[in-house]
Amino acid sequence: MPLAAVAWHVVWQRIVHPDHAFALALWRTIYMSVTAQFFGVVLGLVAALMRMSRLRILRLLSGAYVLVFRGTPVIVQIFFVYFGVNLLFGFTLIPNTVSAGPISLDGAALAGIVALAVNEGAYMREIIRAGIDAIDKGQMEAAKSLGMTYRLAMRRIVLPQAARVIVPPLGNEFNNMLKTSSLVFFIGVTELFGDAEIRNSTAFQPVEYFTAVAFWYLVLTTVWSLIQAQIERALARDERGEAPSFRERVFQAWAPVAAWRTGGAR
Amino acid sequence: MSARGRAAQDELVLRATGVQKRFGRLQVLNGVSLELRRAETICLIGPSGSGKTTFLRCVNHLEKIDGGRIEVNGHLIGYRERRGRLVEDSERSIARQRTQIGMVFQRFNLFPHKTALENVIEAPVHVLLTPRDRAVAEAEALLERVGLGHKRDVYPGKLSGGQQQRVAIARALAMKPALMLFDEPTSALDPEMIGEVLAVMAELAHEKMTMIVVTHEMGFAREAAGRVLMMDDGRILEEGPPDRFFTAPQEERTSRFLSKIL
Repeated sequence: MPLAAVAWHVVWQRIVHPDHAFALALWRTIYMSVTAQFFGVVLGLVAALMRMSRLRILRLLSGAYVLVFRGTPVIVQIFFVYFGVNLLFGFTLIPNTVSAGPISLDGAALAGIVALAVNEGAYMREIIRAGIDAIDKGQMEAAKSLGMTYRLAMRRIVLPQAARVIVPPLGNEFNNMLKTSSLVFFIGVTELFGDAEIRNSTAFQPVEYFTAVAFWYLVLTTVWSLIQAQIERALARDERGEAPSFRERVFQAWAPVAAWRTGGAR
Repeated sequence: MSARGRAAQDELVLRATGVQKRFGRLQVLNGVSLELRRAETICLIGPSGSGKTTFLRCVNHLEKIDGGRIEVNGHLIGYRERRGRLVEDSERSIARQRTQIGMVFQRFNLFPHKTALENVIEAPVHVLLTPRDRAVAEAEALLERVGLGHKRDVYPGKLSGGQQQRVAIARALAMKPALMLFDEPTSALDPEMIGEVLAVMAELAHEKMTMIVVTHEMGFAREAAGRVLMMDDGRILEEGPPDRFFTAPQEERTSRFLSKIL
């Protein structure tokens, strides 16, 4: 199909004049990704600490968790939470809308967040454990020699340093999360991808609608890469000069473009 | 116990008796006994693998021991006595005991994400719960004392090895310990920086700090130590005041070792 056959004005309109349904879909993608990532990090941290526990049972549980959730497809996990939870509990838990004070959350979205968070936690466990392992054992010993307990030393000395190691792969994970969250469309949550698909199903202009939605995903991931750069800079403040500058990070986020700009001499 | 006996006990900061330590099948400490009085400074020397560092790490329970006992200020370190047997103490009470025992490491182990001042106030504020402004005032005085008052807001990465080690000494002193352990504090340093660290340590010794120093710096041992102890194969081979120790060692093993390092 020649490019001229593409209705560019549709793409243009989807990008420059997004409608209300689109705004809602964009918001869903953002809050689902952020919430799922947040709880994924929390779960990953708990599992990482369990993995290092002296208690065998905790180590085994942590291992089983990673084995199962890294070893099965996310979409299966999403379906399992959405359809399986009700079977497990014997009453309809999902997709009832959940209300807590002013916040009310669509049940399907909640199922999606839970599934994505649990899946993410399995990956984050490995990342966090590697981050903690990367910190010299002497740090824990120095902290202990000053009378700190394991917990205090972890919180004040080891984890803040591990955070610097964890943030770059964490950024990758969140970038993935923004895109993986599109899978919750299959349990009926209309997020970015779902919005495009629904519009396409009436308009039959797949190239136009999916080009536009690709653009919006690109905006999300780019904005995130800039935020990530800021976080990394803040964490590296005691080594300033080593972390790439904001400008460099912008170019890195657009590596192919930047390579073209500098004549590929990188 | 007589009043005199109690006074003598009070003076005793460290009493180690028959300390045993194994790593797997390797017997690293083979019955180390050592007493240290208040304000005394001793130097531990010996070939690598003789157990000096391991012994030091046992004193603040960074290593468990397999036999014997270690007491600091009359308190058993790392263990409780239960029906005549030693059982490992709770983490909390081991941590409390460690506040009494300062340690300076060969590789400094400063907290790289904290400035010199933050390194020094970290434990007073978060372990002893000293009010922050008082901790800061004390830390500033300590940094001044090790000659680094002007570096208070500098991160360890921007300090030389000698400066880092002096901050590490200040950090340990901030806990007002009864006993200071120095684990080869100058062996990771460039030669021109050794002097500044040893000077701080010698000054501490003269100010009546109780110290165990694992070192091969004989000049320091001569100037600051009351006794020098030679370790070999996990036991203390011989000890004596530095002048006699270096000029007329009793053991042949000691004189062979000294001839290699002097």
